[in-house]
Amino acid sequence: MRRAALWLIPAMLLAAFPLRAEDRINVVASFSILADFARNAGGARVRVTSLVGPNGDVHVYTPTPADARTIADARLVVVNGLGLEGWLPRLLQSAGSRAPIVTASRGVAPLKFGSETDPHAWQSVVNAKIYIANIRNALVEADPAGADDYRKNADAYLAGLDALDAEVRAAIAKIPPARRKLISMHDAFGYFAKTYGFETIAPLGVSTEAEPGARDIAGIITRIKASGIRAVFPENISDERLIRRISAETGASIGGTLYTDSLTAEKGDAPTYIALVRHNIRTLTSALGE
Amino acid sequence: MSFQAALIAPFTEFEFMRRALAAVVALSLGGAPIGVFLMLRRMSLIGDAMAHAILPGAAIGFLLSGLNLFAMTAGGLVAGFAVALLAGVVARSTGLKEDTSIATFYLTSLALGVTIVSIKGSNIDLLHVLFGNILAMDDQTLLLVAINATITMLVLAVIYRPLVIESVDPLFLRTVSGAGAPAHLAFLALVVINLVSGFQALGTLLAVGLMILPAGISRFWSRDVTGMICIAALSAIVSGYAGLVLSFQTHVPSGPAIILVAAVLYLGSVLFGRSGGVVRQMFPAPHLEA
Repeated sequence: MRRAALWLIPAMLLAAFPLRAEDRINVVASFSILADFARNAGGARVRVTSLVGPNGDVHVYTPTPADARTIADARLVVVNGLGLEGWLPRLLQSAGSRAPIVTASRGVAPLKFGSETDPHAWQSVVNAKIYIANIRNALVEADPAGADDYRKNADAYLAGLDALDAEVRAAIAKIPPARRKLISMHDAFGYFAKTYGFETIAPLGVSTEAEPGARDIAGIITRIKASGIRAVFPENISDERLIRRISAETGASIGGTLYTDSLTAEKGDAPTYIALVRHNIRTLTSALGE
Repeated sequence: MSFQAALIAPFTEFEFMRRALAAVVALSLGGAPIGVFLMLRRMSLIGDAMAHAILPGAAIGFLLSGLNLFAMTAGGLVAGFAVALLAGVVARSTGLKEDTSIATFYLTSLALGVTIVSIKGSNIDLLHVLFGNILAMDDQTLLLVAINATITMLVLAVIYRPLVIESVDPLFLRTVSGAGAPAHLAFLALVVINLVSGFQALGTLLAVGLMILPAGISRFWSRDVTGMICIAALSAIVSGYAGLVLSFQTHVPSGPAIILVAAVLYLGSVLFGRSGGVVRQMFPAPHLEA
């Protein structure tokens, strides 16, 4: 029901202010989850383009000339920051864009992973609210005429996120504390784990680029056996074979696919951020719960 | 750390290490003879070129059936064969040399692959996903590597004579027999299947390493082809085993560890090799005198 209500908001706005497509302002987001945030905060006044599409890997993206053109037309560019989009600064420069850039994660307390910063802040719904606030403020600045709309949209979406946060906490409360351990390919769940009291172990570290050594894999297998972890999780953007091997060797079952850095296409399990979080939490509870 | 704990325990304790070792042995048996012939025919860098040539095939496999490893591998094989055969035919029937014609075809193929991937709009690093890690050998991959090694050895046994003669004196073979061209094409096909095997274990960049470095090593220890092949296969197996142990005892990723061990063996051979090593040249053994 709640989800249906959220869908209605843009529809109602569209009816209230019949804007032609040309009147909308162009917003460019670096990847699909930010694009979803921008769509929700911008409503009918914006046209959002995502540089890295659904099921794409934002860590290792190579921009195309079409991306440069998209950026050149933009009135606002939304990026995650925290070192996620290493390829973006040069693209912005070469596209000659004068659009303001909003770093959606500004104000999030960064987690360190060794010397690297973990960029996956959106995995915690609490942080997603910070993202929305940043994007709303940037939209208001870029298009003051729509200020009221943006505030209204953002408030509605923030209420949805509050409900989602409560939902996640309620679901996790049903998983016994000793089982709140999450093993996936790359360490995308640091913020999620911190907010919701999980422990995470991942062979690849925070970026999908690195390659694990035999010692890392052996270490993970030993830890799984020692602490009786019951399930390991593949992701939508990585090779599954390594996680399957770990599963075969430890007897831990393979939980459903977790979505980390990318939404799925419209028909997939996680076409929006809220659907993504719901899917992940369902996957976790069904694999780790009673 | 005892001898046993350092060198044997990793393999008795962890199944993934045993599978990795089996894969490395299979790769060595297939790849090393291929490497020796590549070296004799001055085609050492062609493997690298072919590694890129398979991209469009993998991309088409991806377009047709999503992230299906079988489809992508099969597509890669087809593209690799096509490039190898076309380049071979052009080199044989025109004045263009083999290296130039391979370069032309592989670059075309690579450009086609990048285009196909971006038409789909997805930007998963396909080769990254397609070609796993030696630590994640599942039954399917292991079987693929083993079958490829078997086919390689059988086919090499059949085309061994014309291949050797052609490597040494192609004009002579052309005057006495028509077996040169078919043998050459069969050999190129073997190069492709061994590359695809190598990718599974070492990734695209290093796949060629387990073919070429052992061949380079063997050149310093033997003067006849059979001896070279034996030494190459042996040093490939030793590098694979030592590389896995190194990767287990340190945090070095396994692929690079294997190639680095091979590089150390190569350096030793350059210095101390019996036939043509630096030290041997500086202090030649006294000629036998009557």
